[in-house]
Amino acid sequence: MTAVQTPFESLTVLIAEDSAADRLLLSTIVRRQGHEVLTAANGAEAVELFRQQRPQLVLMDAMMPVMDGFEAAQQIKALAGETLVPIIFLTSLTESEGLARCLEAGGDDFLAKPYNQVILAAKIKAMDRLRRLQATVLQQRDQIARHHNYLLNEQRVAKAVFDKVAHSGCLNAPNIRYLQSPYALFNGDLLLAAFTPAGDMHVLLGDFTGHGLPAAVGAMPLAEVFYGMTAKGYGLSETLREMNAKLKRILPIDMFCCATLLCLSFQRRSVEVWNGGMPDGYLHNIASDERTPLTARHLPLGVLSPETFDDRTEVFPMAVGDRVFLLSDGVIDTCDADEQLFGVERLHQVFAANRQPEELFEEIEQALRDFRGEARDDVSMVEVSLLDATQMRPPTLVYSDSGQSCPLDWSVSFEFRAASLKRFNPLPYLLQLLLEVHGLRAQSGALYSVLAELYSNALEHGVLGLDSSLKRDASGFARYYQERNARLDALHSGYVRVHLEVVPTGEGGCLSIRVEDSGKGFDIARVMERPAENVRLSGRGVNLVQQLGRNASWSDNGRSARVEFFWDALA
Amino acid sequence: MDDPHLNRDVLVALQEVMEDEYPMLLDTFLADSEERLSLLRQQKDAGQLMETAHSFKGSSSNMGAVRLADLCHELEHRAKEYPPSDLQKLIREIDLEFAVVRPLYEAERERSLFEKATVRRF
Repeated sequence: MTAVQTPFESLTVLIAEDSAADRLLLSTIVRRQGHEVLTAANGAEAVELFRQQRPQLVLMDAMMPVMDGFEAAQQIKALAGETLVPIIFLTSLTESEGLARCLEAGGDDFLAKPYNQVILAAKIKAMDRLRRLQATVLQQRDQIARHHNYLLNEQRVAKAVFDKVAHSGCLNAPNIRYLQSPYALFNGDLLLAAFTPAGDMHVLLGDFTGHGLPAAVGAMPLAEVFYGMTAKGYGLSETLREMNAKLKRILPIDMFCCATLLCLSFQRRSVEVWNGGMPDGYLHNIASDERTPLTARHLPLGVLSPETFDDRTEVFPMAVGDRVFLLSDGVIDTCDADEQLFGVERLHQVFAANRQPEELFEEIEQALRDFRGEARDDVSMVEVSLLDATQMRPPTLVYSDSGQSCPLDWSVSFEFRAASLKRFNPLPYLLQLLLEVHGLRAQSGALYSVLAELYSNALEHGVLGLDSSLKRDASGFARYYQERNARLDALHSGYVRVHLEVVPTGEGGCLSIRVEDSGKGFDIARVMERPAENVRLSGRGVNLVQQLGRNASWSDNGRSARVEFFWDALA
Repeated sequence: MDDPHLNRDVLVALQEVMEDEYPMLLDTFLADSEERLSLLRQQKDAGQLMETAHSFKGSSSNMGAVRLADLCHELEHRAKEYPPSDLQKLIREIDLEFAVVRPLYEAERERSLFEKATVRRF
């Protein structure tokens, strides 16, 4: 083993010794070893010299007149503060009591009389090493503290910027309860919620790999895509595909984002789910007190290429009051002292014991504390309940243009054919076009809902020929959406046509929407006859269109639907 | 070691370390010692006796005055237990021992000065 060679550095050594002969001898020895020497004949002189010249090492006689070495050593150590100034006591003390006093006074070593040059040189060298080590430790400690403060400041700034982005959503909506540590962002946890133009609610609970800033950087682009696309009326599939492609493009290979995405529809009373790599979420049916697990069926976002990414979602019916519960892996991956996982079983026990749904979060947290002995700060939970559509009030959108260039007399027709129907959602484009008409903006929610309903009816019942009566019960509901995906994949012909016409009427105007499809049509009269109460899960579409639009009518055996929207003079 | 008063090896080492300042070191030691002896003779109080004996012991040992160092060590310890009046005999012994070594150091001083002069001459 080779010792680490520090280049010889001359030290300034203070020698405090009352005996003139000893002082002369010692200073000659130390000087000959290559150091600068300061001499003092008593403790008071030594302290004063130290104050003025800050020597790096002190050789101190214990017994001296005026002020003894013990007192002087204490004062010098106090003056030195955090810097290590080694003090070697010069002593012919032999009693352990005297030696102990030297150490108590802050002495680091002893040198016995008569002096031995070799030992003195070795001790000075050893003390110098110790002194340098301490200096290095202090330097590194200060550096770490500086870096730490720097990091905290960066996190504060990042969090402030991010909060602006994240809180542009609707996490404060009355049907959302959530629990997150204030710095969850730096645990990689991300919770977003926003209304679609139709009044549906999109919710995302994500968990980026890693911790700290690296885990937080992906959150910003993800949130941007989520809010941007949700506000424009894109569905989960398009949003997911865009988020995946963006993360895949910008994140390093070992970084990705586990995420569960929900689309809660208050009007259709259903929830659409995509889970990529997150723990099971739960759909709690209050009436039956059953919990349907919302299991991960996909790889996390940012792993697969856009070509191989699977945006397939599952749809479940919900009743008013039903809840969807999502959680981060911080909950089930909590370890106790013996490295045992909290696990899904214990979570289910908490579910089973729960009496007041409002207290579920607290009960889970309590169970984690009981299990682990302390609370964790990387646990995220969110619960979204289905309220009656009339209780949900999406915020009104704010537009920045003046309205001077608003188009008031036009018509347009689109035909979307099989290859487009498979992968393209035209609704956001149609809505954006219509919202150029100022008079329609106040009704954007209803407008979007009606457009979405007519389009999906044309696609699903018309082009794909799906029977809506499948949706009569929960299992049929799931089967319906499986079938929808399968038929869409296999589609090679068919079309959906959308005609829009805007005409001015006096001070206001009228929009008529006509949607046609290439399907077999349906018995309009029979659908109209069915009383609304009986159609819990199916046939909701017709009612919705009739309620939200004006003069809704079907022709060509149900293959063509028509509805109108009116507006008066703008205030 | 033949000389019970003076360790000659210590002197050789001291001369090697001090080089030109060796005679000055010897002078300083003798002057220091005179001062300490007069303090010891005053027998003011136990504390002062002890401290003086302690310092005297230290420098004597550094200078190779073996017996002087031993006598000072004894005085340092006795001064803790006995009143100064009981220590007169020991102090006189120290006085006598110094009287023995003093001429030895003076001779050493002359020798070193002569040696230096000789070295210079050739």
